[in-house]
This record gives sequence, C-alpha cells and structure tokens, in this order.
Amino acid sequence: MSQEKLVEIKNLKQHFKTGRHSVVKAVDGLNFDIFKGETFGLVGESGCGKSTTGRTIIRLYDATDGEVIFNGENVHGKKNREDLKKFNREMQMIFQDPYASLNPRMKVEDIIAEGMDIHGLANNDKERKAKVHELLETVGLNKEHANRYPHEFSGGQRQRIGIARALAVDPSFIIADEPISALDVSIQAQVVNLLKKLQHEKGLTYLFIAHDLSMVKYISDRIGVMYFGKLVEVADADDLYNHPIHPYTQSLLSAIPLPDPDYERSRERFTYNPNNHDTSEEPEFREVRPGHWVLCTSKEFDFYKKEHATTK
Amino acid sequence: MEKLLEVNNMHVSFDTYGGEVKAVRGVTFDLKKGETLAIVGESGSGKSVTTKALMQLIPKPPGRIKEGEILFEGRDLTKMSEKQMQKIRGKEMAMIFQDPMTSLNPTMKVGNQIMEGLIKHQKMDRAQARKRVVELLELVGIPDPESRLKQYPHQFSGGMRQRVVVAIALACNPKLLIADEPTTALDVTIQAQILELMKDIQKKTDSATIFITHDLGVVANVADRVAVMYAGKIVEIGTVDDIFYNPKHPYTWGLLGSMPSLDSADEELYAIPGSPPDLLDPPKGDAFAPRNEYAMQIDLEQEPPMFKVSETHYAATWLLHENAPNMEPPASIKKRMEGMAKSSSSSEKGDRI
Ligand SMILES: Nc1ncnc2c1ncn2[C@@H]1O[C@H](COP(=O)(O)OP(=O)(O)O)[C@@H](O)[C@H]1O
Ligand SMILES: Nc1ncnc2c1ncn2[C@@H]1O[C@H](COP(=O)(O)OP(=O)(O)O)[C@@H](O)[C@H]1O
Ligand code: SF4
Ligand SMILES: [Mg+2]
Ligand SMILES: [Mg+2]
Repeated sequence: MSQEKLVEIKNLKQHFKTGRHSVVKAVDGLNFDIFKGETFGLVGESGCGKSTTGRTIIRLYDATDGEVIFNGENVHGKKNREDLKKFNREMQMIFQDPYASLNPRMKVEDIIAEGMDIHGLANNDKERKAKVHELLETVGLNKEHANRYPHEFSGGQRQRIGIARALAVDPSFIIADEPISALDVSIQAQVVNLLKKLQHEKGLTYLFIAHDLSMVKYISDRIGVMYFGKLVEVADADDLYNHPIHPYTQSLLSAIPLPDPDYERSRERFTYNPNNHDTSEEPEFREVRPGHWVLCTSKEFDFYKKEHATTK
Repeated sequence: MEKLLEVNNMHVSFDTYGGEVKAVRGVTFDLKKGETLAIVGESGSGKSVTTKALMQLIPKPPGRIKEGEILFEGRDLTKMSEKQMQKIRGKEMAMIFQDPMTSLNPTMKVGNQIMEGLIKHQKMDRAQARKRVVELLELVGIPDPESRLKQYPHQFSGGMRQRVVVAIALACNPKLLIADEPTTALDVTIQAQILELMKDIQKKTDSATIFITHDLGVVANVADRVAVMYAGKIVEIGTVDDIFYNPKHPYTWGLLGSMPSLDSADEELYAIPGSPPDLLDPPKGDAFAPRNEYAMQIDLEQEPPMFKVSETHYAATWLLHENAPNMEPPASIKKRMEGMAKSSSSSEKGDRI
C-alpha cells in the first residue's frame, strides 16, 4: 500500500431538504484520504450516512459543500462532459442488493457490457463478447452464464455479476456499499476472497462500506467510524480495534459478538453517552497517535494523548 | 434437567409444481427447560421450516409433516387439532420473527396488541391486562410505557418494535420461545441490548429458547447447545464449546472458517465452494459431498449416520467412521481450536449410532 493519495475528501457535506424548514444533515463535514491500492472501510450504524457518503463521492448526488479530489483533480467542480465520462469510468460502485441493482429484463452479457458500450471500449461484437466472457471467468462464473437473466442466479452469483459489471470499464476505484450484507456467511467469504484477489491483480482501491465489523476489520487497511454524519475516528484497522479512542468506537466494538464462546462469556459492553463530551468548543479532527485521528476538542485531545499516545 | 421438547425423525415436505421439496429430512433433537439451542446453517437449510413445524405453522397445503413426532412435555403436537394448538401457541410456545412487522398489526395500538393474548390466554380483565402490559414494556426496556402503549407500531424505531414483539412473545410466560433471526436486521448495539434482554428474561422465567441465526458471533453469545443444519438435516449437534472448539463435520469447519476472527490477518478466508443442493432432488449419499474437499467415495454413495463423539456431541460424517483416514480441519479452524479444546473430548473417531 502506498501513501500516495487517490481520493481526498475535504469537508464533504450532503444535506437533504426534507421539508420546508427541515434538513437532514446526512453527511456533515467529512475529511479523509484514500490511498492508492488500499481498502478504506467505512463503518457505523444504519442511518449514520455511509451510503450517502459513497453516493456523493461518486456523484450520484451533488455535494452540498466540500470537495472530492480524485488523482489531484476536483471531481465535483467538473463541468465538461468528456471529463465527467473519464471519472465515471475510473470510479465504479457495487451495491448491497445485487438483485435490485441488476435490470431483470437484460441478459447478463448486456448488463456487464453496458459500461463498455457507453465508453466505447469494444470495437466490435466479437471483442465485446470475448471481454464479457473473460470478466465472467474473472469473477468465478463461466461464459455459459452470459445468455441468462439475473433471476436465474443465486444471491452470491448476482453479486459476482455486479462485480463483473463494475470491472468492465477498468476502474481504478470501487465503492462497495454493503456488498456482502445480504449474503450467507459462507458466500460472504467467497465474495470477500474474490474482492481481495481482484485488488491484488488489478491494483484496485476500495471504499468498503459495511456494518459487519469483523469482516471490515479483515478486509480493510484503514477504517473510518461514522456517527450521525460525522467521522469520529480514522485509523489503521489493527490500531482501531486494539486502541479505539473515541468512546463511540469503544462502545461499538464492545457490542460485537465474536464467534468464540470463551470470549463471549467475558465480553463487557460499554454504552456510549454523547452527553459526556466536553462542550467548551466545537470538536475537530485531530491526530492522537500517528495516523490515528479522532474527533475531539482540544481538552479531549490532551486527555486522549495522555491515555493513548504511548500505549503499544 | 427435565426434557421440555423432543423432536424425533421429523420430515417436512412441500408439494410444488416441480415436485416434492424435501425441506426437512429427518431431524432429531431435544431441549431441556431453561436451555438455549441455536440452529445455524445457510439459507434454505430448513431452519425456519423446522421451527414452524414445531408451532404447527406450516401452511398445509402445500406443506405437510410427513413423518416423525414432536413431543412437547410428552404430548405429540403432530397429533393435535388446530383448536388445541391455538391454546398452546402464544401461551406455552411463542415465536419472534426477524421482521417485527410480521408479528405486529400496523392498524392496532401497541398496548392492545399485547393485551390481546393476556385476555385470551390468561383470562385477565382489561384493567389487569393493561397493568401487565405496562410491566412488560418496562421489562423489555421501553421508556415511558404508559404513553407508548397508545401508539401504533410505525411510531416505534426498528429496535423498539422488536422489543414490543419480545414483550408480546413473553406476555404469557411461554415455556418455549422460538426466535427466528430476531436481531438480523438490527444494528450491533441494538442487537446487543435485545440479546441481553432475552437472556435476562430467560433467567427469570426459566423458559427454553430455540434461536435461529446465521451469525456465529450471536451463537457463541446466546447458545448452550448448537445444531448445525445442512440441506434439511442436522449434521452436527453439541454444546457451544463442542461446536466451536472441537467441530467434527466439514460443513461446520466451513461455516466457522468463513468468518474471520479478529486476528486473522492476510490469509484467505476458508470459503465453502459452490451452493447448497436442490431439495427437490437431494443428491444421493451425503448432501454436502459435492462441496466437500474432504469427501470420500462412500460419501457419494451412502448417507452418513450420526456418530457419537461424546455424551453431548454428535456429527453425521463418515470421517468419524473407524475406517476413515485421519483428516485435519483447515489451518484457520485448528488455530481456533488450539488451547481451547479443554472442555470437550477430542477423540478422532466416533461411535456409530
Ligand atoms: N435521498 C434522501 N433524502 C432525504 N434523506 C435521506 C436521503 N438519503 C438518505 N437520507 C437520510 O440520511 C441519513 C443517512 O442515510 P444513509 O446514508 O443511507 O445511512 P447509512 O448508509 O449509514 O445507513 C438518514 O437519516 C437517511 O434517512
Ligand atoms: N411454502 C413453501 N413452499 C415450497 N417450498 C418451501 C416453502 N417454504 C419453505 N420451502 C423450502 O424449504 C426449504 C427450507 O426453507 P427454510 O426453512 O425457510 O430455510 P432457512 O430458514 O434455513 O433459510 C427451502 O428450500 C425452501 O425453498
Ligand atoms: S460424510 Fe463425507 S462428504 Fe459428508 S461431511 Fe463427512 S466427509 Fe464430507
Ligand atoms: Mg447504507
Ligand atoms: Mg429462515
């Protein structure tokens, strides 16, 4: 994993107007970078703004405020259609519900080739077919599957089709929004292994959104924890699990049951109380340990540093 | 401990246009008072059908209990009339589903829904029932119950709704509670609260629970014993320690291996290849054999019987046969078993039963 930034998210905001006077601040001032070739995991409880973050980064929504910088260029500032097309090709998305995201009336071949057609990546029908067959094999399906329809596939196979579709345009960055949440445990493992293999082979960068924290820990290099539209902590995956600093992260981790009866018999759960924070000033994102960022006030920062800066 | 439930060789089938779907193919287990049995397995393995059969909630047709008995305190439920079952359901056995809205009536105030069972089964009058509802809502941790009971389900959050369902299920102090993926749709902190609540109440009332889930973390948390289902059969059953620290069936290995532990670093997850068999036409021999890298010739021909590993632990795999070669579970599973195998006997072979 390099330290070269592929995506920089600066003060990103997405506020939805839900009524004449009401606004949902789904994403409210995010700052983080995603390095080339890494998997950045985004976790948090439902409604905290994970999907909105992914959708705003890939421009399914226009941002209310802030910037997304991709390979040094501001994505949200782009007006020119050619430039937009280039970004659309570089960034792809995989969704939670592989069925809802695949058009039931289209053959698998056409679903996978749709992006190739838009970007003119195949010169003729033969080349298009060959590319589709190759993609099917890459994701562990076979070329006989090309002529079938989505309903003929199991959930895990559909997710493979979704992955093949995303790969078809040779992206460098993939946003995966809960790609395994709807699948059985054993099938989850198949898909996660596939995503890891593809990352190695193609040097892909992932933003992996999930609420299953043990899978996120396994697949991610770094992890960001969201709470009510804000990032409260970003750190290396191991450091986050071994030294959670923000009390919300601590409570979240303490609530996960692990497949180990002995551990479960002694696990203690903490409850997060948002009222226990210092309110003397607006909290900011601060680096408490090297590469380990926490949303806190300057008082809290001093306290966290004393508690956590030196422990190994 | 006293046996509350005994299921013997239960078969459940559905008659469909395509033919007979053999959803449950000879399931045998028992449950003692106060005990929690977790049932795990991939979707379609027959977990829900098994438990619906216990409650006699299988739609007939297309479904039917083909064979077997379900002894609840010695009475065979398969022989009961619908009228007799209605007295048992809700009162002696209650069920919690994954989606709370399948158990809640959206057009009825929450308080009235909980009162219904109390008035019907416990012969309480409205005032008594109302008092009990407030107690129950308090018990399941719903703040301000007096005003909440006048609200409709849609005015509750997902977690609060599931608490209401738990309250309804517990209203009559059932002896057996069946929970079918009750926390799957919930966030981890809400899940943790509901699980703690259920365990707390179980301790107080000494009820037994059958808990269906595909989350092995939840299993490790709630279960006293675990039954692993595959293609309509229980392929391994034992105490929670037997199953997690001394698993014998390759399918159990696969299930455990496909979940990363917090310290599994860069190794590949041990994923079970392929997908479960078609229950319209279950394969000959061991249904798991086509997906099993440890399969032997006999697996393709003959179904393995249950082998006894210890007093508490049974598994249906030919690997436990005295003539079978010694097979080692995958490395990631062995790592988990290391230093933990203290609690269960770890002989390599079992006794055929
Ligand atoms: N299109 C929308 N219009 C209005 N509110 C929305 C919209 N999309 C999401 N929200 C709200 O924004 C918040 C964050 O949602 P989401 O990003 O889907 O969360 P997550 O993916 O973490 O579960 C929620 O309160 C949700 O109701
Ligand atoms: N009403 C029905 N008609 C036909 N087949 C059914 C019906 N209900 C369940 N089945 C079949 O029974 C099998 C077991 O289902 P189920 O018990 O729901 O699985 P699980 O709960 O383990 O996911 C599945 O193959 C399913 O398709
Ligand atoms: S009986 Fe054979 S196929 Fe079945 S689990 Fe055992 S070794 Fe595998
Ligand atoms: Mg989401
Ligand atoms: Mg089910």
